[in-house]
Amino acid sequence: MSRRLENDEYEKTFSGKFRAWLNGDNDPFLGKIEQKTLKEQRESKKQARRRRQEHETLLNEAYNLPKSRTFKLFGKAYGFASILFATVLIVVLVFAVSFLPTFGEADKPVNNEVSERYIESGLDETGSVNIVTGMILDYRAFDTLGESHVLFLATIAVLVLLRVDDDSAQHDKLMEEAQDRFHEPKNDIILQTAARVLVPVIIIFGIYVILCGHLGPGGGFSGGAIIGAGLILYLTAFGFKKTERFFTAKTQKILSVSALGCYSLCKSYSFYTGANHIESIIPLGIPGHILSSGLILILNICVGVVVSATMYTFYVMFRKGNF
Amino acid sequence: MTSFVCNFPFMTILMSLFSGAVSSVLPSKWARRWNKILLVLIAIMSFATMGYCWRLGTYYTYSMGHFPAPWGNEIRVGVLETFMAMFFSLLMLLCMLGGEVERELEIEQSKQSLYYVLANLLIASLLALIYTNDIFTAYVFVETNTLAACGLIMIRQYGRTMEAATRYLIMNLLGSGLFLLGVTFLYDLTGHLLMGNMKIAVAEIVEEGVYTVPLIISIAFMVVGVAIKTALYPFHAWVPDAYGYSTLSSSALLSALVSKGYIFLLIKIFMRVIGFDIVSKTSVADVLFVYGLIGMMMGSLNAIRQKDIRRMLAYSSVAQMGYIYMGLDLGTEFGIVAAIFHIISHMATKAMLFVAAGGLAAASGDHKEFSHLKGAAYRNRMAGLAFLAGALSMIGLPLFSGFISKLLFAQASMEQGYKMFFALAAIAISTILNTIYFMKAVIIIYTPVYSGEGNRIGGRIISVKDQALKVAVFAAFIAIDMILGLFSDPIVRLLTIGIQMFS
Repeated sequence: MSRRLENDEYEKTFSGKFRAWLNGDNDPFLGKIEQKTLKEQRESKKQARRRRQEHETLLNEAYNLPKSRTFKLFGKAYGFASILFATVLIVVLVFAVSFLPTFGEADKPVNNEVSERYIESGLDETGSVNIVTGMILDYRAFDTLGESHVLFLATIAVLVLLRVDDDSAQHDKLMEEAQDRFHEPKNDIILQTAARVLVPVIIIFGIYVILCGHLGPGGGFSGGAIIGAGLILYLTAFGFKKTERFFTAKTQKILSVSALGCYSLCKSYSFYTGANHIESIIPLGIPGHILSSGLILILNICVGVVVSATMYTFYVMFRKGNF
Repeated sequence: MTSFVCNFPFMTILMSLFSGAVSSVLPSKWARRWNKILLVLIAIMSFATMGYCWRLGTYYTYSMGHFPAPWGNEIRVGVLETFMAMFFSLLMLLCMLGGEVERELEIEQSKQSLYYVLANLLIASLLALIYTNDIFTAYVFVETNTLAACGLIMIRQYGRTMEAATRYLIMNLLGSGLFLLGVTFLYDLTGHLLMGNMKIAVAEIVEEGVYTVPLIISIAFMVVGVAIKTALYPFHAWVPDAYGYSTLSSSALLSALVSKGYIFLLIKIFMRVIGFDIVSKTSVADVLFVYGLIGMMMGSLNAIRQKDIRRMLAYSSVAQMGYIYMGLDLGTEFGIVAAIFHIISHMATKAMLFVAAGGLAAASGDHKEFSHLKGAAYRNRMAGLAFLAGALSMIGLPLFSGFISKLLFAQASMEQGYKMFFALAAIAISTILNTIYFMKAVIIIYTPVYSGEGNRIGGRIISVKDQALKVAVFAAFIAIDMILGLFSDPIVRLLTIGIQMFS
């Protein structure tokens, strides 16, 4: 004869616990908790004050993190563990380095036919006087293609994180302007005079570094960084009103996309012809001339545009959130 | 090189990079459409290339530029690579379709098109990781992959995802850094970045025995770097929040695709860079085997304790990663076949479970806690069915793909003396643990709600008509899972031949 158990009794049975666990009310790892119905409590003023005090101490202990003991202990343990980890890593690395081939030795494994060909026939095969540029933009152009997309992706990630949607309400813009003025000095005469002299020089130098990347030290990455720095200096000196005449979010997007698209298209052509053994129609030119070394000049310009747009966008995003 | 089909792998990579850039200026509607078209195109082109390789009977290399391999970059295409590329793009399409509704709701309108930029660049990096034959190219695209995945987590902006993205970034940058250190050391020892040449040089080093210490350390760095990125057990701290709180398609993509891309890279390093016999001889494989076993247990034990369905699935992913590492480090070629089968099986199943969990949560007032999910399968029948199928597959019941992968693991462990016992015991215990938490979830969602409880849960009924797209996605997921489970023989044969071509 089965009988219907009382609720309290039922909860203590195995099936009751199983059912509670199914409902997600009960955690088997927490152990058994004794349950009692609470008496209705009445507290005197003294008790109430004490309860409030206890509550405050609890808050201080648990939520006032710098004061909490657990937090302090955790901080100490964490610091200790991180120092230990770093030490172990350093010891392992130094240990490994001591076994590596000696730096600068002639018969190192690195000095093999790969670097030999780069050095000996790099000039003839790529037409670039600067062998490093020839390597990154012609021999191993696929890596650099990926790398410039990493930069673009970094811009996109910063946009995802920091872009604030503007409602284009005039009031908000005024507020924004005021806040911007709070952090950065506006119309600083010294800064403006210096910027007026420096910015054109910086930008022209950046363009020079990009355009002569295949002739001497330089290239898209360094030249783009220089141009980006020039734009940032111009922005700090003259404010958003001036820069937004020629550089907005739309400009940035169009510049980046057309540069990356141009890069992808150029390289698609050269990958396709290379893999299918078709003669490329792009002439290498005479090494040392500005219009030489095939696609490298165009690719340098593309990389430079992407890098400068990325740097400028980073600065604007961290300062204002939109443009 | 005779056929035009040979160009397809390089075209898919360049196409996805290009569409990643273009999507940032397209309006979100067009970016979404273009993303779908792109994924379908990649799947078709990869399938065509797979057919070509199958007929060819061997792999082929494709030089990226006018210079042959040790000087220029190169990709290498075989049956396994093309099959993975096809599967990755198909699964990504299903994940993107499955999370479309949630994505539109949870992401700000102006950032919608950025999501497709991230997704396109993610598939580009995955394809490059699959095809590349150059370890530095692999590193470049590992970076792309990390950044894209981080963006996918934080594009839904609230506290937990920000915290998850920060954690993800810190852990994964540590992983990338260790991987780069390993690559640098190995380059210094071998003087090559091309995988084939590296393998020859590594074999010479092992024979001569001069640089054994830095060789082992560089292998260890690379392996630990990849292990952090794939959330092998002690490095799994970033998983539950990243999978649990990001938008639905992001968590499906992260668990199904991103971690699998890294695993594929690890297989590539094992077989093409270091040589599988050297890996089995050194203790690296044994250490990874042990961590794989611990991961199988601890992931499941943690999953039992969760009260949130998405976090439970996240911990389950940790356990499944343990399975994959166990298979990889059994030390036999068949073990790798089993691991790859588990990779594809887990991809299909976990993506389905995440999308189904999203559907169940939508039918329960957007609550993911088990206390609110009671009876959810009656409110959203198709999602309930998909969750049931996924759970059964995860547990390893016949008809579903999980059964085959467990069978393959057991079969692979038979060839290995002392590892057999541990592997079989771990599979048995882990299956029981899987059953505990998956059946708990299934029983909860199939428990009818009493009339009085309805208000507490605050659910709504979602019929088939309301979510035609999702129903199609679920049907496709279940079909893939059952095809893998029922017709596993040709697939295993394909993978075996692919692995032979691969190494």
